[in-house]
This record gives sequence, C-alpha cells and structure tokens, in this order.
Amino acid sequence: MSADGDVKALRRKGRIVVVGASLAGLRAAETLRDQGFTGSLTLVGDEPYEPYDRPPLSKQVLLGLECAEDTALPRTRDIDAEWRLGVAAAGLDRAAKDVRLVNGDTLPYDRLLITTGTKARPWFHPEEAALDGVFVLRTRDDSARLFRKLAAGPRRVLVIGAGFTGSEIASVCRERDVEVTVAERAPAPLVGALGEVVATVAARLQRDHGVDLRCGVSVTALEGDPAGRLRRAHLSDGSAIDVDVAVVCLGALRNTEWLAGSGLAAGPRGVACDAGCRVFDANGIVTDDIYAAGDVARCPHPLFGYQFLSLEHWGNAVEQARIAAHNMLCASTDRRPHLWVPMFWSVQFGVNIKSVGVPTLGDQLVVAQGALDEARFVAVYGYRGRVIAAASFDAGKWLGFYQQQIEAGAPFPPDYALVDRRTDTLQPVDPAFPDPHLPTHEPTVTVTGHSPTERRVQFVAPHA
Amino acid sequence: MRLVVDLNRCQGFAQCAFLAPDVFALHGGEALLFTSRFDEALRDQVEQAAAACPVQAILVDFSDEPTKGAEGRVG
Amino acid sequence: MSLATMSAQITDFANRADPYPLYAALRESPVTRQDDGSYLVSTYYEVRSLANDPRLSNDLRNRPPGAGGPAVAEEDPNQPPSFIFHDPPEHERLRDTAMRQFGPPHSPRFLHDMREDLAKIITDLLDPLEGKTEVDVVDDFAYPLPVTAICKILGVPREDEPLFHGWADTVASGLDPSQGKEKPRQARVELGAYLSDLIDSRRRHPGNGILGPLARETGPGGSMSKAELVATSMLLLIAGHETTVNLISNTTLTLMRHPDILKRFQSEPGLVVPLIEEVLRYEPPVQFVPFTIALSDIDIAGTTIPKGSQVWLLLASANRDPKRFADPDRFDPDREDNQHLGFYTGIHYCFGAPLARMEAQLALPQLFRRIENPRLLADPPPYRVNPVLRGPRHLPLAIDGLVA
Repeated sequence: MSADGDVKALRRKGRIVVVGASLAGLRAAETLRDQGFTGSLTLVGDEPYEPYDRPPLSKQVLLGLECAEDTALPRTRDIDAEWRLGVAAAGLDRAAKDVRLVNGDTLPYDRLLITTGTKARPWFHPEEAALDGVFVLRTRDDSARLFRKLAAGPRRVLVIGAGFTGSEIASVCRERDVEVTVAERAPAPLVGALGEVVATVAARLQRDHGVDLRCGVSVTALEGDPAGRLRRAHLSDGSAIDVDVAVVCLGALRNTEWLAGSGLAAGPRGVACDAGCRVFDANGIVTDDIYAAGDVARCPHPLFGYQFLSLEHWGNAVEQARIAAHNMLCASTDRRPHLWVPMFWSVQFGVNIKSVGVPTLGDQLVVAQGALDEARFVAVYGYRGRVIAAASFDAGKWLGFYQQQIEAGAPFPPDYALVDRRTDTLQPVDPAFPDPHLPTHEPTVTVTGHSPTERRVQFVAPHA
Repeated sequence: MRLVVDLNRCQGFAQCAFLAPDVFALHGGEALLFTSRFDEALRDQVEQAAAACPVQAILVDFSDEPTKGAEGRVG
Repeated sequence: MSLATMSAQITDFANRADPYPLYAALRESPVTRQDDGSYLVSTYYEVRSLANDPRLSNDLRNRPPGAGGPAVAEEDPNQPPSFIFHDPPEHERLRDTAMRQFGPPHSPRFLHDMREDLAKIITDLLDPLEGKTEVDVVDDFAYPLPVTAICKILGVPREDEPLFHGWADTVASGLDPSQGKEKPRQARVELGAYLSDLIDSRRRHPGNGILGPLARETGPGGSMSKAELVATSMLLLIAGHETTVNLISNTTLTLMRHPDILKRFQSEPGLVVPLIEEVLRYEPPVQFVPFTIALSDIDIAGTTIPKGSQVWLLLASANRDPKRFADPDRFDPDREDNQHLGFYTGIHYCFGAPLARMEAQLALPQLFRRIENPRLLADPPPYRVNPVLRGPRHLPLAIDGLVA
C-alpha cells in the first residue's frame, strides 16, 4: 500500500493519541477534526483539568480578577475525544506503537502527538522547597495557592529570578500593595530575553513601582521556622531578608522523562522534530508516525539559521499544533512547514511588552522609534546585517511592520526615516546579552505568502 | 461560556474594552486584561466585543459543557 | 482607463454612487503611480501593511511643496492640525489626552454608560415619524442622531447646531483632494473661534461632556495647548457629523437592496452586530485616506514608492480585494474572519469607532422594527459631494406607518 493510501485509511478509522491535554493538544485535536479525521482520538493529561489558559495565571488570577478554575480554554468545535485526565503518560513503546500510562493502561496509536509542555524548575534544595510559603507558578493549582497566600497579606514576598514570570508576579504584588523583593543573578530583569540595554528599562519600571530589586545576587538558602514555615532568605552577598513567601521563577523544564528509553531524540531541551513537526529518533532519523508541538518541541527555523528553536510561547503552541495536525493526516507532498515567527507578550507595571523574532540572536540593537526613558519604544535587533527581532514597550502596533522586515531578511541597521525616530539613539549598540552563542551557518532566507497554505521559504542573495 | 484573547494578535485597539467593560479592561495604555468565564447576562457585550476586534483576536465559546469523559477517568 | 486620471475619476461626482468598478480596475496592480507623482494603493495586504508602516507619515509638514492633499491650516500656529495629522509622539500625546475622558483605561465606562441616553435619542427621533408615509432616513434620522450624540459627549450646545453645521461640512470638504482650500480654511477659522469661546466658558463652568475636563488640561501643567484642544474638539465634532451618518444610511440602503437579509434582520435583531461589520467592509463611511507621505523609499508589491510621495490608501478597495475576502462583492453578514479596514488600522485607527458602532447597533434594529413596509424611492439615492466621507445626501423611503 502506498503511503498516501495509508493516509486515507488513517483519516477514516485511524487511532490518534495526543499526550498533553494542553493548549497545543486541544488546538491540534480541533484541527484534526476540522480536517475530516473520523477515527478515534484520545487526549491524555497529567492534571485532572481540561485544557486551560496559562497566561492569566500570573496576571488576572493573582490580581483577583478571576479564579484559577475559570481559565478553561474555549473550544473552536466539538472534538469527540476520549479524555484521560489526571493520569500521566509513563512510557512509549515505538515498536508496539502504544503509550503506557501511570495506571498501567496502554493506548495503541497509529499517530502520536507529543504536547507535554514544561514544568516549573523547582528550588534546588528539596527540603527548603517543601517549606510552607515556597511556591512555583506553572499550573492552575500553583496559581490558586499563590493567590490565596497573596490575598492573606504576606509581610514580604521574595521573587527568585526576574524573567517574565517573576517580573509579572512582582508587578502583581505592587498592585496589591504587597512588599516585594526581587533577586536576580543577572544585572537586570529580563536580560536573558531582551539584553541589558532594554532590560535597564525593565529595572527602572520595577524600582519606580516600589520593588526592592536586587541584581547580581542569587539566593543561597531559604530558612524555615520550627513549624516549617519560611521566614528568611539568604543571599549571595551575605545579606538576609525576612520573608514569608518565596516564588521560585527559575524557568522551565521540558516534560520528557516519560520518553526515556523510547529511542526518540528527547531530552532536557525538548523533543527534536523537523519543520513539519515530525519527531527525530535518537539517530537523527525522522519518524513518520510521531509528532511534537508546543513548548516541548524543538524544531529548526529557516529564518534563524536553521537553529533548533524551542519556544515557550502561547502563539507557537497554537500554530505548531495546527501544522502538526495537518501534517499527520496529509500526503507527504501536502505537508506544511512551521514557519511561525516567534512572538510573545508580557504585562508588567501597566506596560505592554511584546517581542517578535529572536532577540537573543541579536548582535546589535537600535532604538528605532520612541525613547527608552519614556518606556515607550521599539528596539530593533540585528544579526550580521539583517533585522532579526524587535521588542516594543507600549508600542505594539508597530510590530507587524518589523515582523515583515524579519521575514524579508531586511538589512540592519534600518537606514530609512520613520515616524518617532529620535536623534539621540541613531547608532547601533551592543544589546548586551549575557551569553551569546552565535550560530555559524546562516543562509539568508525570506518567508513568502500570507496564509498558512502559501507560506514558504525562499533563499535570497545575502545583503551586501 | 468562556473566551480567550490571542494577545499576540491583540494590538491594544481596546474596542472590546469600550463595548464590554465588564469583561475586558486595559491595564495601562495598551495591555489587555480579560475574564475568561462569563455568564449569559454578558453575552451581548461579548458578542459585540468579539465582532468589533479589528484583528479578530477574541475566541468565544458560548457552550458551557464540561468535558465528556474527563471526570470519570481521574486517578 | 487611463491611470493618470484614476484619482480624478475617484473624486468625480459621477462615480460617487458606485466607485467599486474603478477600485476593481485599480486592483489589477496593487500600487499605481499617477502622473502627478502620487501613488494609489488598492489591495488589502498592501493597504494594511502601509497603514502600519512607520515610514509613512500623516504629518502634512512632510509633504513636498506644491503637493495637493487636505486643506488644514498647517502654516498657521494659531490653528495647529488635529491629531490625525500628527505623527508620534505628538499624536499619542494629543490622542491619549482626549482618550482619558472618552475611554479606557481612565474612563472605561464613559461610553457604555451612554447607551440609555442614545436609546432615548433614537426614540425621540423616530416618534415624530408617526403618520408619515415618506421619510428621509438621512435628514430625519441618520444625521440628527450622531450630531445629538456628539454634542452631548463633547458638551457642545445642541441648539447651536444650525450655527456650526455649515462650518463642519465645509471643513470636511477640505479632505476632498479635488476641492479648493480657501473655503475650508475660512470655515476652520470660524468654527475654531466658536469652539475657542466655548472652551473658555467650559473652563469656568465645566458642565457635562468631555470638553470641560479637557479645557482644564490646557492650563498650567496640562498636556495640550488651547489651540490643540480647539483642533481636537473640531476633529471630534466634525467626525461626529460626517461619518456615522454614512454608516447608518449606508446600512439602511444596503438592507433595502438585500430584501432577504432585511427580512431576516427584522426577525433577528441580534444580526445587527455582524451586519454593521459587513457594512463597514462593503460600504465603508470613510472610503480612502488620501494624505499620507512616504518619509523614505518604500518597496511594496514590486514597486518602489519614492521618498516624499503622497500615498492614497484605498480602504474601500482593500475591503473588496478577492485575495483577502471570498466573493467580496457579495454582502454577507455571516462572513467569518471579517478583518475589514473600515475604521482604518494602526495607530490612526478611528478614535470614535466604538461610539459609531454603539449608535449603529442601537439605531438600526429600532428603525427597522418601527417603520412599516419600507420601500426605496430612489436607487441610487442622491449622494454627498465628498468622495472621502461618502454616503447618501438623502435616502427617501416610502413607509406604511410607524409601529409604537
């Protein structure tokens, strides 16, 4: 039977298992049904909840504007699925083509989609992590617990790590009039994502809003009282702070342990897959029946030197899930590449921060519009003479333009006049990332087409 | 009934916050906050907000059914 | 059709009732250069892209000497242009100041709380049609509603309307690139003097409406000058006079031309929400934006628009682009993913859009609930002269009567 003949049978009566009842898993399931899949569809989730939206968990929920339980995602359609919630996947047998669950059940599949996402990196010291008052924030339950604690009026909150989640929590604390200290190992908040030039603005926002921001320090120990309640934190500069709440915001770990021994290219950095979301095995050979999407997936992006990007972005989860679902069900010639340009947003201290492209690749930066000291600007990042990313503070309406510049491989620095360009920031500067690891292989490519069916990559002559 | 806003698409035009101030609010000049769950009394507001979004970033699900098969299998 | 005369044909009154075949011809190439050096952009993705392009300026001081375009008093320091003719950061300063009184984040319920007032205005306009067998939807309804509403919102005395009605029309005619500039300029001076006096009195006695609090913004430490407030209030007053009237009358006309949809609408008033969005796509009240200027060379759709060129963004044409909207000449309120450009896009997105939507969504179900057996008496109806703010001058309907 030809591969494409298999596809017809698969669409009619195949068995598809989605591991990860998440945003990506849900949108993939909806796409499968949209595209006419009539076989059996099973969604597996380790939490006992149907798919919910995570961004509100560090914003609206902590502010008390809505309950953590009310964040279930809207459906775009009925998916007629078998749900296995509250029971995690424990293993994968590729030869038998089945997924084993922690309760011993096995789920046979013809196609498997991995959308297991990430979990919060826990505090490194297990006993300290178990103290009453020490939190992480990733799940609905985490958010509900932290909300209750904040509502009870803690004396001081310590946020460990000033990435996006940590900065958003610090912002919520100040809005709730809760004293907060932020400890960040780097010289400024968000420095890993946006570089120090932009991060300096984020630091000023924090301090202007009354955050006790301490940079260049790490938390060395959390100390409890005899009852096991957090009461003090010790910092690497020798100081100590009395706190009753600590929120550990040290990034995420990919949920790939369950794939150990499966022979897939899965590890702490995620599940490697091709641009069509097909997962690689450990030999770097692409599988044809296993796909990955969302935070757990790493796939090469042509616009960014074909580097394997792993994106913890809401929009990426949606888009990659749709591509994966489409490619699972179609003939090989109809497969689409996942060409989503990375994009994210954050809200902190009343400022809307958005980014498009991959700022961390940037070797130069210009403030193209607005001014850093007004906290309203667009910073554009260049990489070897082309526009690679842009970040905006309260200027998000312009980002579509810069996305087009990125997709077109436009020259950097921008040499054109534009509105709201200030004369004091015309020269490109080093964006000052802490640890640049620049790739060496970079054909210039552009993305063409408006709709998913049209989007393709085109090689172009490098810019002079 | 529930909704979600694709905040990548959202550019802070704030049409939803004008038309449905009980569900959507601006946080500062540009950032949008919304409540995911809403009840029948707010249905008209939400419909108007979703239709008015210049970038069609609001996804609304007027059904409110619990996930079939979800609860029974927990554990 | 000769390309050199395309903009002349668009502004030609003979094409006012149906400009869409012209737009279809223009869309054969997304960007069209005219002999006077201006560029017409007619396709959806290109219009949307340019409306969001920071290399395009709305500040008329950037236009080349001798260029056409709207008549605004950019040379007169006593008459600064309104925020639509500014770029950031001045645009944000002025627009945000006005927004503080009008909408979120500072006044999130201001418009929402006006719904009942608007509903009463609508009832008060429809009640007098009792006993009539013919109505002019424009004069009897679509014009007085937004005028009454904008007066209330600004805090401008409704009884002064006969005074400023003519000025408003004449200032708006300045947007028409084919018209002379002297009359609009004179009308600006007179309307400006009227508003200036009003602002002085509102500073002492704020009264209702947003002019009172805005007048206080012009004092020491405020965020705009008095001349800037005159310009802002003139913009809002004129926009309130000249645009929503078209949305309401274009919707009425379109419904009369689609009896099947009208019938459905009469039994399903909630249809008004997608219906208004489809009218904004299909017959947008603002047809095009003829005054943007390229600050540098812009490569788009295989054409380079040179620095200094005037660029027309044809919103109404983009809204009928078959590459973006399936079957674009079909009026379809059930259309999904209707990301029309009827209120423009980007930082200059229509300031009054939520008010226009609210008025239309309240007005049209009431109008069609109450008038019995409406019949269109002229098709096409007579149009206003203005090609930018396009809509019927009169819209006479025969009716059998009025339901209570």
